[in-house]
Amino acid sequence: MLQSGMITMEHGSGGQATGELIGEVFASAFDSEVLNRMEDSAVVPGSGRIAVTTDSFVVTPLVFRGGDIGRLCVCGTVNDLLMRGAVPRYITCGFILEEGLEISLLGQVVKSLAKTAREAGVEVIAGDTKVVEGNGGLYINTTGVGFVPEGVDIAAANAKAGDAILVSGTMGDHHAAILAERLQIQTEIESDCAPLGEMVRGLVEGGIRVRTLRDITRGGLGTVLKELAEASGKCFVLEESAIPVSAAVRDFCGLLGLDPLYMGNEGKLAAVVPAEQAGEALEILRRSPYGSGAAVIGRVEEASENAKAGELLMKTPLGGVRKLTILQGEGLPRIC
Amino acid sequence: MDLEKIKKYLKEYSGPELKIMEVCGSHTGAIAKNGIPGLLSDRIRLISGPGCPVCVTPSSYIDRLIQLCLTPGTCVVTFGDLMRVPGSRMSLQQAAGMGGRVKMVYSPMDVFPLAGREPETCFVFAAVGFETTAPVYALMVREILEEGIGNIKLLTALRTMPGIIDRMCAAGADIQGFLAPGHVAVVTGSRAFEPLAAKYGLPFAVAGFTGPQILAALGGIVRTCEEARKGKAAGRVMNFYPSVVTREGNEEAQALVDRYFAVSDAVWRGMGNVTGSGRILREEYAGLDAGSADLTEDHKINAGCCCDRVLMGKMRPSECPLFQKVCTPLHPQGACMVSTEGSCYTYYSNHRE
Repeated sequence: MLQSGMITMEHGSGGQATGELIGEVFASAFDSEVLNRMEDSAVVPGSGRIAVTTDSFVVTPLVFRGGDIGRLCVCGTVNDLLMRGAVPRYITCGFILEEGLEISLLGQVVKSLAKTAREAGVEVIAGDTKVVEGNGGLYINTTGVGFVPEGVDIAAANAKAGDAILVSGTMGDHHAAILAERLQIQTEIESDCAPLGEMVRGLVEGGIRVRTLRDITRGGLGTVLKELAEASGKCFVLEESAIPVSAAVRDFCGLLGLDPLYMGNEGKLAAVVPAEQAGEALEILRRSPYGSGAAVIGRVEEASENAKAGELLMKTPLGGVRKLTILQGEGLPRIC
Repeated sequence: MDLEKIKKYLKEYSGPELKIMEVCGSHTGAIAKNGIPGLLSDRIRLISGPGCPVCVTPSSYIDRLIQLCLTPGTCVVTFGDLMRVPGSRMSLQQAAGMGGRVKMVYSPMDVFPLAGREPETCFVFAAVGFETTAPVYALMVREILEEGIGNIKLLTALRTMPGIIDRMCAAGADIQGFLAPGHVAVVTGSRAFEPLAAKYGLPFAVAGFTGPQILAALGGIVRTCEEARKGKAAGRVMNFYPSVVTREGNEEAQALVDRYFAVSDAVWRGMGNVTGSGRILREEYAGLDAGSADLTEDHKINAGCCCDRVLMGKMRPSECPLFQKVCTPLHPQGACMVSTEGSCYTYYSNHRE
């Protein structure tokens, strides 16, 4: 019944309407014992080194090619935990709903969130719903909790000279998919939003001495690797021709004057691993359905006169060298 | 000549120093992205010219857009690049933050559905660009007239390439050859540069935008300069982009532009008034103009800004005292640091030196 209506201020009252909304939309989708207790806070087991991350999701449109805000918020959160080598366990979701939101759309998003959480192996253990005036929008804030196994030390500053730099697939897909939706440009491009647990587990359990992991989100590969170069005090040197970009994203970027190196993903990681394990790491990444396009794209070098500490250099197919910096401003389309 | 031979030729060139200007902002970007400076002999220096339409727009134009967007019942429609360009007091983005109505679009034609939905609002399109973009504005004017649309106007800042190149050469610029803008030449044809090549005895190479296309054109310029030292004439136009550029250009587009826009003088940021270097709506269509004619004032927001000298090729962006210190893409002091096609932006974001 509820599934056909719209969100009104009443749904945020804390009274009967709120109860119905939670019962029909949230509780049924999550089916969590912890949630079903309806306590003020969740009490869950766990011990050891805890990884915690929080994130807010404000994407429009709410549903896009390749995903929706529900899937996105789980992927974004668990991927942040994974990048420190943590095993994601729990997630909390705070929903801010705008008046006029279709309840059926909310239901679709919540179901997708629950499905992705199951795929990523995390349990939704706490939630909140608020309603604000507005125009049918929906925002989700999440907190993720994971546990870091003994002996795992994955951090931004760990890259060593000689290490190989890998990415798990093509660059810019999520950003291009969202932009295409917003500009109403018809493309084949789909968001790549995906949980990266299988890949990270594969690397850690496969004995790869992973130095650094980063999910390549806002700011794109250029920004992410520049930050890693700075954090480690090394020079990162890339081969432009080795960086995977799909033909559709390349054409889309060409059309709008955008650079795929500065376009975000939501289901791709960059990894720094010892050079002698690069081949093995590549195979592990490619075994995951989300890592079939993985590639070795460059290596870490000791700082020198031509490759200063904290620099990100890229060898172009012509044999030139381009120095990359972090994303400046927003990627605006060019005008001529 | 194949690519490897051209690369070897350009790397091993050992003659007198050659300064070659890439006039087009897209070339400036492509040169940085391909790492081309590192592929050239240190006797060949590339200089970025005034080929970014946003960068050459005077501050009074931005001020006028700001005034319009803050006027009740008026909405300014623009491409993204213009949003952050400093006017004399603020940028359009800041004006939007103060309640001004600004709508960013990706195609000029997007203004029509906007205007259809809100007939009481006057939509002013910020029509900025070179010969490449002018035909689109001409199509826009044609549609406004044919459909009898009463609530779309244009504030134009249309510039043309030959006029400004002529001004630079006449002012004694120390340049031995020009990488001519490929996209502009698609419309104007390569012949648009012939009078300049003849007048100043300089080579012009129309180039595409891939690394190999740019290198081939540079190779053509350097070779012509070397031949000139043996007595051959250097003043000629070479077409290294024949897949899309012809000598005559797109005559249909040229006619369309001529039909609605007359040649005019134009003020370029930091360079003043340049005779015959612009386009403005013809008198009979002046009703569609939102006040473009009298925008001649130009004001630096930071007295130290050297955009004018950068645009004229007299200074590299990295030589400006503000560059990378107080002037960055997030806090631009001049227009060249705003647009992704601006010389300063490209030098900054690619660490080009």
